[in-house]
Amino acid sequence: MLGKLTWAAIPFNEPIPLTVSIIMVLSILGIVGFVWFKGWIPYLWREWITSVDHKRVGVMYCILAFVMLLRGFSDAIMMRSQQALAYNSPGYLPPDHYDQVFSAHGTIMIFFVAMPFVVGIMNFVVPQQLGVRDVAFPTLNSVSFWLTASGVLLINLSLFIGVFARTGWLPYPPLSELAYSPDVGVDYYLWSLQIAGVGTLMSGVNLVTTILKVRAPGMSYMRMPVFCWTSLASNLLIVAAFPILTATLAMLTLDRYLGFHFFTNDLGGNPMMFVNLIWAWGHPEVYILILPAFGIFSEVISTFSSKPLFGYRSMVAATMAICILSFLVWLHHFFTMGAGANVNAVFGVATMIISVPTGVKVFNWLFTMYGGRVRYTTPMLWSVAFMTTFVIGGMTGVLMAVPPADFVLHNSLFLVAHFHNVIIGGVLFGLFAGYTYWFPKAFGFKLDERLGKCAFWCWLVGFYVAFMPLYVLGLMGMTRRMQHYDVPEWQPWLIVAAGGAGLIALGIAFQILQLVYSIRTRDRRRDVTGDPWDGRSLEWSTSSPPPAFNFAIIPDVHGEEAYWHIKERALDQQLMPEEPVYEAITLPRNTPTGFITAFFAVICGFSLIWHIWWLVIAGLLGAFATFVVFAWRDEAEFEISATEVARIDRARRAARGIRLPLVERLV
Amino acid sequence: MTGSQLGQPGDARSQSAPAARRLACARSPQRWSRTTRLLHRSMSPARRMLVLGTLLAAGGCSPGVLDPVGPVGDQNRQILLNSVAIMLCVVVPVILATAVIGWWYRSSNRKAAYRPDFVYSGKLEMLVWTIPILVVLFLGGIAWIGAHDLDPAKPLKSNQRPLEVQVVSLDWKWLFIYPESGVASVNHLVIPVGRPVHFSLTSSSVMNAFFVPRLGSMIYTMNGMTTQLNLQADHAGRYLGQSSQFSGDGFASMRFNTDAVAPAAFDAWVAQARQSGPVLDQATYNTLAIPSENVAPQAYRGVAPGLFNTILMRSAPHTKDPLPPAPAASPLSTEKR
Amino acid sequence: MSIAATHPGLTDPYKIGHEGGESQAVGHGEGGPAPTKVVVGFGFWIFLLSDIIMFAAFFAAYAVLSPATAGGPGPHELFDLTNVKIETTFLLLSSFACGLATIAAAKGRLLNAQFWLVITGLLGASFLFLEVREFATMIGKDAGPQRSAFLSAFFTLVGCHGLHVTAGLLWLGTMMAQLWAKGFQPQVMRRLLCFSLFWHALDIIWVAVFTVVYILGVSQ
Repeated sequence: MLGKLTWAAIPFNEPIPLTVSIIMVLSILGIVGFVWFKGWIPYLWREWITSVDHKRVGVMYCILAFVMLLRGFSDAIMMRSQQALAYNSPGYLPPDHYDQVFSAHGTIMIFFVAMPFVVGIMNFVVPQQLGVRDVAFPTLNSVSFWLTASGVLLINLSLFIGVFARTGWLPYPPLSELAYSPDVGVDYYLWSLQIAGVGTLMSGVNLVTTILKVRAPGMSYMRMPVFCWTSLASNLLIVAAFPILTATLAMLTLDRYLGFHFFTNDLGGNPMMFVNLIWAWGHPEVYILILPAFGIFSEVISTFSSKPLFGYRSMVAATMAICILSFLVWLHHFFTMGAGANVNAVFGVATMIISVPTGVKVFNWLFTMYGGRVRYTTPMLWSVAFMTTFVIGGMTGVLMAVPPADFVLHNSLFLVAHFHNVIIGGVLFGLFAGYTYWFPKAFGFKLDERLGKCAFWCWLVGFYVAFMPLYVLGLMGMTRRMQHYDVPEWQPWLIVAAGGAGLIALGIAFQILQLVYSIRTRDRRRDVTGDPWDGRSLEWSTSSPPPAFNFAIIPDVHGEEAYWHIKERALDQQLMPEEPVYEAITLPRNTPTGFITAFFAVICGFSLIWHIWWLVIAGLLGAFATFVVFAWRDEAEFEISATEVARIDRARRAARGIRLPLVERLV
Repeated sequence: MTGSQLGQPGDARSQSAPAARRLACARSPQRWSRTTRLLHRSMSPARRMLVLGTLLAAGGCSPGVLDPVGPVGDQNRQILLNSVAIMLCVVVPVILATAVIGWWYRSSNRKAAYRPDFVYSGKLEMLVWTIPILVVLFLGGIAWIGAHDLDPAKPLKSNQRPLEVQVVSLDWKWLFIYPESGVASVNHLVIPVGRPVHFSLTSSSVMNAFFVPRLGSMIYTMNGMTTQLNLQADHAGRYLGQSSQFSGDGFASMRFNTDAVAPAAFDAWVAQARQSGPVLDQATYNTLAIPSENVAPQAYRGVAPGLFNTILMRSAPHTKDPLPPAPAASPLSTEKR
Repeated sequence: MSIAATHPGLTDPYKIGHEGGESQAVGHGEGGPAPTKVVVGFGFWIFLLSDIIMFAAFFAAYAVLSPATAGGPGPHELFDLTNVKIETTFLLLSSFACGLATIAAAKGRLLNAQFWLVITGLLGASFLFLEVREFATMIGKDAGPQRSAFLSAFFTLVGCHGLHVTAGLLWLGTMMAQLWAKGFQPQVMRRLLCFSLFWHALDIIWVAVFTVVYILGVSQ
């Protein structure tokens, strides 16, 4: 009746997972209960859960990412403390737990922190920068988000019902095959990622279509902000790479569920093929993460240097070059698998070539700052820190692209330090910069600067203290994923690294404090005009937060940095642009389709994991029914009257008109 | 090409390890001559100190990659250091430029010239594309040549015939078979100093990777396939060996000691191994293949002929059932059966 | 004051290197957001491209694993090219019927469109029937997907295509119901456009499948 699911799945006799599960369940119940008693559920349902507005969906993605950052980071603290203790000692995490912890850490950080955060920011910003009202497919957008949330729910369920995978974040066979991983752990991994992967793919299709087909009049390709170009490249990569992940995970699933032989040791299976396929997805994946971060830096650096971005065209060329080249380098993740000298050499050289456009970007950012008036707000601090940190990380990457160097550094802590260097120093710093930069646009008030700077310094110092020792340890021969070790020289470095993790924890604490404090004292830092940073692109021409329709009139774009022109003219003439003729605006209706699809997706996923076949069928039927019900609706849109539009927009113009004579540029 | 030029390291290292490590830490200047020469050519004194200092701290006193004892590890390290030096030539100026530009053009500095029209410069574009391309060409050349020179399957130059060792990674221990001597050992690799060793590797179950950091390059082990590795130890001593590809709950205990000993001592070890201990036949191997951790080092006085090939032909996961009957022996290299 | 006002003598930096272009062609950005039909069709086409990449991964797996018959039956013993020819005929004809249905819909002829959609569905279902029968025969001969890696790859690749056809038939049924209930409203027409794109794409994939799997398999 319930497949493989029994009471034994709940870790009653394992103190650590049990305690964590209880805390998590209580917290969730507490939050839900709090929200219920405050009467916020109807508001949340109407305005957020069923919303198809790209701004709301983007914010929800970012909230999801931040919550999962806490879970992924707790895993990191557990790993660092275990390794600091486990010299000639079993530590406090037995191997089967430790293995789940590091597998969950990687999976969560890549799929449920970095991806949602990146997708969320792209969702929020891109339509506004393109001067349009929403993405190409708003309801699909909501479905994508809720499918990602389903993946999150499933992976969190593995904490207290059953176990998680013990294979690392990429489940290499034969270890991940049924013979060596007979429990549900790998199944949790597979279904949670497949479901979230569908969401990501849909989101990729959505944003590619938006950027290529839905832009304001006059916005030709070479007038788009660079963030839109990097988002285009990233989403093209999503569309091209995620299907490979889907296929590969499906093959492993077929092996585990139906006894197929894609990657088994016997009857012709080929585990090496998994390694190739998964990295053919895996390498583009990291570029999916870093390209939008590059775009954020382009926006932030140019805004806070009070200068246009240097070398726009070569930035675009570099972005598209990175996009294409990222598909040609996947073998550098397994030089030591024995492909032979020619193959290794070709992929080594290809990997180095990809550092050329990246280097060009760094130089262009430098030249943007050159001749500028750099304001060191928190986003700018993140950007400058990125430029140093990412360059070091990139250097170690190019180093490992030399096959003989990789032969002694592969899978060591040097590798771990390298990819954290580029992911934290590149992706995460970029996301934090973007979060701080666009926060006032989303919520109407700025975040507290002082606390932001405290968080920044804790993160920066903490990152170096946590990861520089790992480079040293890799050179000292220490391999990754070790639950215990017996080399005394390693322990001091691991203790230092654990200290660094503690500093990062302090940084995260400051970020939480910053958010709470900023919300409580938001009136002090209201963004009344909608342009708190003297921005250059179109999103800064709307109010903060923007109305549902973004722009009362879709703007006509006449050049690059569309908003800057408008602002400059207004400042010169000391006159707001002429009031336009307002028309009624139709917008897509909110719908619970996304949420309900996610509900059935979780049912399907959970029942597939536990082999509850009748429930799988019920879930699939439910999903199909949801699709049909949605397809049948007659009222797909609603209208905002011209008078309402006029009222909202006149308020925006008034707020700006008052400030116009007061604008003083510090240049 | 031999490794370091420390005098008499063999006795010191094989006897008291901690004392030997302390000894080894007190480096003589000659040790760094090759590296220093290279650094001299390419860097300013300040940068040299920075690299040296970091690397000294990093690799100086440890079972590490920067402290090789054989020609392969030596070349790995050389290429590593060369590549780092080349890249630092670009990276350090970029970081310095970031700091300088970030400082000078801060908004409170009114002395800095504000140039909001500085958004394009053909000359700069040329420079900005050319520098990375040149560095990449240079490094790419090193990568190409290095990948070929240090291909794990490439035999080492030597006037001695390589010692054949067959390696099987099990859950969670290492089996070393010496086909020419007819002995085997678990979790203990003994090799003669100064003679190349040719490893043929496979796995009984999941993917692992054979890695002795101080000897150099690692290679994956995979079920049903043979991979090849050539290494050599030029200094006697005890070196840490491990698996560097995660293989399950007992992964951390897949450690083994590699003892590089004088050729006479190696023969003595083989002779001694032949005198006691069980025989490694199919039944013993089956028992060994049952998952276990922290297996104490043990030698086998005899090995069933063709056992490695039999293990290679076997494709089922670890099981308590006996092996299928061995097929007709056939020489297998890197091809799948 | 604007930057231009406070810094006289600045050349306008924004025109260097950019032409912008004055094309008014809708869908190229210069004319504003493209019409909904174009946006929907384009978006669905991008999705189809991603689906083709997924098939490409299965094709790659098949190519790697096709020699791995593990002592079991191979293409020569298993593939019935006559059956494949009939399947192909059915699928191609169903694509043709789908085209006719689209034309009828464009002309607003409901009964005509529904008729051709029924034919599309029947032909598609016949294709599926033959494929399922082929699979059942193979499984009956102990040549199921669990027998070897080659067979796993074969069943997955061909089966994935079959699953897409099944999903297409479900979609077709829903579209026919929608046509009855709502007539030729714009969103129904857009969905019909997407369905026909999907159906034709499945045909293209099938051409690749029977070439790579069946014809190449038997000829080696």
